[in-house]
Amino acid sequence: MENVYLTIVLAPLLGAIVAGFFGGKIGRRGAHSVTIAGVAVSTGLSLWVLSRFIWEDEPVFNDAVYTWMVSDGMRFEIGFLVDKLTALMIATVSFVSLMVHVYTIGYMADDEHNWPHGALSGKNSYQRFFSYISLFTFSMLMLVMSNNFLQLFFGWEAVGLVSYLLIGFWSNRESAVFANLKAFLVNRVGDFGFILGIAAIAMFFGSMDYAEVFARAPELADTQVALFGGVSVLTLICVLLFIGAMGKSAQVPLHVWLPDSMEGPTPISALIHAATMVTAGVFMVARMSPLYELSETALSLVLIIGATTAFFMGLIGLVQNDIKRVVAYSTLSQLGYMVTALGASAYAAGIFHLMTHAFFKALLFLAAGSVIIAMHHKQDIRLMGGLRKYMPITWVTALIGSLALIGFPGFSGFFSKDAIIEAVGASHLFGSGYASLLLTAGVLVTALYSFRMYFIVFHGKERMDEHTRHHLHETPWVVTVPLILLAIPSVFIGWYTVEPLLVNDWFASGDWNPILVAHEHDTLHHLREHWHGQAAFVQHGLTAMPFYLAMTGLVLAAVVWWLIASRNPKIDEQLQRLGGPVTRALQNKYGFDDFNQRVFAGGGRSLGRALWNGGDRALIDGVIVNGSAKRVGAMAQRMRYLQTGYLYHYAIAMIVGLVALLTLFVTF
Amino acid sequence: MTEFPLLTLIIWLPIIGGIVVLASGETSASISRWTALAFAVLTFVLSLGLWIGFDPTTAEMQFVERAAWIPSFDVDYYLGVDGISMPLIILTTFITIFVIVAGWEVITYKPSQYMAAFLIMDGVMVGVFSALDAILFYVFWEAMLIPMFIIIGVWGGPNRVYATIKFFLYTFFGSVFMLVALIYMYFQADSFSILDFHGLQLGMTAQILIFIAFLLAFAVKVPMFPVHTWLPDAHVEAPTGGSVILAAIMLKIGGYGFLRFSLPITPDASAALDWLIILLSLIAIIYIGFVALVQQDMKKLIAYSSIAHMGFVTLGFFVVFTIVQDPALSAGSVMGIEGGMVQMISHGFISGALFLCVGVLYDRVHSRDIAAYGGVVNTMPWFGAFMVFFAMANAGLPGTSGFVGEFMVILATFRADFWWAVLAATTLVLAAAFTLWMVKRVVFGEVKNDKVAALKDLDARETFNLGALAAAVLALGIWPAPLMNVMHSTVENLVVQAGSCKLPPDEREDCVLSRAEPVAALLDGTARP
Repeated sequence: MENVYLTIVLAPLLGAIVAGFFGGKIGRRGAHSVTIAGVAVSTGLSLWVLSRFIWEDEPVFNDAVYTWMVSDGMRFEIGFLVDKLTALMIATVSFVSLMVHVYTIGYMADDEHNWPHGALSGKNSYQRFFSYISLFTFSMLMLVMSNNFLQLFFGWEAVGLVSYLLIGFWSNRESAVFANLKAFLVNRVGDFGFILGIAAIAMFFGSMDYAEVFARAPELADTQVALFGGVSVLTLICVLLFIGAMGKSAQVPLHVWLPDSMEGPTPISALIHAATMVTAGVFMVARMSPLYELSETALSLVLIIGATTAFFMGLIGLVQNDIKRVVAYSTLSQLGYMVTALGASAYAAGIFHLMTHAFFKALLFLAAGSVIIAMHHKQDIRLMGGLRKYMPITWVTALIGSLALIGFPGFSGFFSKDAIIEAVGASHLFGSGYASLLLTAGVLVTALYSFRMYFIVFHGKERMDEHTRHHLHETPWVVTVPLILLAIPSVFIGWYTVEPLLVNDWFASGDWNPILVAHEHDTLHHLREHWHGQAAFVQHGLTAMPFYLAMTGLVLAAVVWWLIASRNPKIDEQLQRLGGPVTRALQNKYGFDDFNQRVFAGGGRSLGRALWNGGDRALIDGVIVNGSAKRVGAMAQRMRYLQTGYLYHYAIAMIVGLVALLTLFVTF
Repeated sequence: MTEFPLLTLIIWLPIIGGIVVLASGETSASISRWTALAFAVLTFVLSLGLWIGFDPTTAEMQFVERAAWIPSFDVDYYLGVDGISMPLIILTTFITIFVIVAGWEVITYKPSQYMAAFLIMDGVMVGVFSALDAILFYVFWEAMLIPMFIIIGVWGGPNRVYATIKFFLYTFFGSVFMLVALIYMYFQADSFSILDFHGLQLGMTAQILIFIAFLLAFAVKVPMFPVHTWLPDAHVEAPTGGSVILAAIMLKIGGYGFLRFSLPITPDASAALDWLIILLSLIAIIYIGFVALVQQDMKKLIAYSSIAHMGFVTLGFFVVFTIVQDPALSAGSVMGIEGGMVQMISHGFISGALFLCVGVLYDRVHSRDIAAYGGVVNTMPWFGAFMVFFAMANAGLPGTSGFVGEFMVILATFRADFWWAVLAATTLVLAAAFTLWMVKRVVFGEVKNDKVAALKDLDARETFNLGALAAAVLALGIWPAPLMNVMHSTVENLVVQAGSCKLPPDEREDCVLSRAEPVAALLDGTARP
């Protein structure tokens, strides 16, 4: 199997190298063919691997490919761990990636118009884009298939690199290159914690290998370190690792980069900033469940941060007018749901939501992209409206995506979201009450922002200009086919997978269980014990609070942004004005950006200038280095008077000396 | 091993080559260039013989050559390499090739003298790394200053005189104290052999004084805060090749000095004063990181970045003393030193490449100001790709060599002290901030002015230079094991040296390094899985 796994990883890398270095020679068709072929190979093999894990009882694979290095008795290896968790992740990642690859053919077809005339970097931007997304697929697969912390960090940073390259893809746009720098730096703040977490693991476990670390974790459960007045080793490790997850999975307060990342082309917003990369943090915490289970402090932190993100970021989505930003805030909020699930020890539910979200959120982004193509790259929803007439496939698939997102009973999102809310409700950790409240309220918010956008874009008055309206039409098949292919799992995948994933403990294979839950943290047990099949679960859902909230939101949105808006087009603005300070706080995104810009960016620059001018230039160079040079010079200047070169100076000096010496001799 | 004088050849071949190139005069620039390149490549190929013939299982000196030089003072012509010096020698001969190539058509003023200076430099630097006699070492050490002084002074920028004098006085100031220390040890050991110095038992006062003398010499070279201000000035004024050699090789000589002299000869003083070095290293990482952020001149920015990265080297070397003193820590000291070593090699590639990148732009626009650029990628896409790649390597991205050393040093430092590791890890944010902010302003954005609009992308010569260095950066990042393997025995032996008390018998009760069990266990192989 090692060769199969290697092929899964390396096929996209090969595609990326060919398209990246030889893009000019093989042309556009060559570039997209080779990268799509590479990712298709990965997808085919990943699905095959997943099917073997489902039906054939495939044994867990855990082995090194090569030894990266050995130092101080510690082995650093590159290797794969493929169990059911990994199999599920690689299938999701490669499938969504394949859809995005195909979609990109349509989305980037006229990309040279996005570049200034004569820019050489715009000439092969199409090929370069395919190279980047294939490189991303390679990095993400390396991340999820890793069997050790070193490679995890490699994948972690490599996806960050590609994200950086892709957010700033249109590098002549100031906003894009601002956003990619911001994304990289904010992620680096997370990585700062992450690398310290890895260092702590190296110190306390002496190994980078997952299996070895997990096996020894219980031994260290009671070990304390003398930091912060005594804290358990595992709390320290888990909190540090979670700081990394907060960066990558955009949790408050390290979420600020994700909305700006929408500067990148839409296909990557779907692939990287919705379906896969941003879920790396969720995957990582789930993978580390044997560690997190041993630290309730860390779990509480995860719970609180996740719930805060889920609710408050959703609220911001209500006041956004850029179609992609609405979806971006929705992503932030949904990531919050996943993270909260992890905090409640419902790792399986978190991963489940990760998967369903990957499909329906990729779908929503690609649908938004389809709208953007049709609108000639305009993204303001206030200039849209009534699009359902012109683009029926986009309309229906977007509706499906929105229903899945708000958790409409039967759709994939319903199963995963309801499971999370139920699990958090069952949790007894510190902060679980707060989390439970926010997540439930969040359902209403989700329905409101989703259908606000849906109605404004697809229904109501057509507010675009005449020229755009004239050219409106459904997008080509390379765009719509991925929409349809993603819409199918958005509807059905929940129904078919909820039972094995959440009820039957599917992740365990043999004596290896990647998702360990301590008995007292088992928040999914209620769901398990009262499980009577999907139909009963749906039925139960129809009588529960989240359903009423979602329906309230949907109906409210329909009334306000469809019925009322068709008579009073200014209703959205009027409502926002009504909100007063609340709207302003939301529009300012609670002030995070201003604060960061002023304190960290501005403060860093001022501190740098102060240190440079005060320390290096004034003190070290001015006073010490050049100062001593000057003093030597000044001394020499004075000494110079001793050697004037005039004979009479020397003569008088001799006479004075002689007299002095004579006096000396005479007196003594 | 002693039959074939490989080291002598590697030292003297480029020096002879330099004299040949000088003698050929300025009549044909083409002949001088090709001769210089031939000598540089031949030297590099010969130095690979060191790698091939090297026995990584022993910490003994290899390729040893010894002959009496000045018998009346017991001064020998004594050469040899171990796992620390051998990779540095290959780095030297490797980088020299790119320096010669980088100066190809760019240097029009006396090109043969320019090429000759770098060839002589090559041989002298190999001499520093392979000398095992203290006086021989000192001669090479000081000889190194002369070609560099000339390179900056003749081919440098407008303010070159200030920069050369600052450079010369700074480095010379440090090294005279070292000479005093070396002579003192000669009287103790009755020999100028550095290996004999390793066996000396010196009292605490003597150790402290020797340690400080060495520190003055090496700290200036590294350079460490606060004796670093010569570096930005020297870099700004130096021609591209001079900057590359300065950053890639000369700074490493300071780090090498700590490993060859300070750690094994004065372990007790090192253990007593390690807090000072660690403090200065952390200041280098953080303070210099902020200073680098606000630089307007690309070369200054990279120079400051070098200082910050070298902070990791000294940090890795000196956390060892905390680790060996703590019986609860079973391992970690070897990783610190090896991390510092990898960081030195990696920094040689990356800083060299970044200076070459600046050189590429400077040759076209004649400005090093960040503000003079913007949107370069629009006209130079291949250059942009290389620049972003090396910037990422500079920011320590995994998969590049820049990650390996930083990672190891952070892992080792974490064992020594949590807060030191926290401070050291800020480099993840700081290095990314100052490097990528520069990239944003230079490479990305709209085409800023007509000069940028008229830029031509890399030619074959420049592509060769940057491509080869990129390959080296990637290779070391993806598979550092071969480099680590040649160092293991030597570094483990060094940790034993640095971890054992070398005070004379009457001061033994002051030993803090008496606990060398973790080190001993490591050598037995019991600490290895």
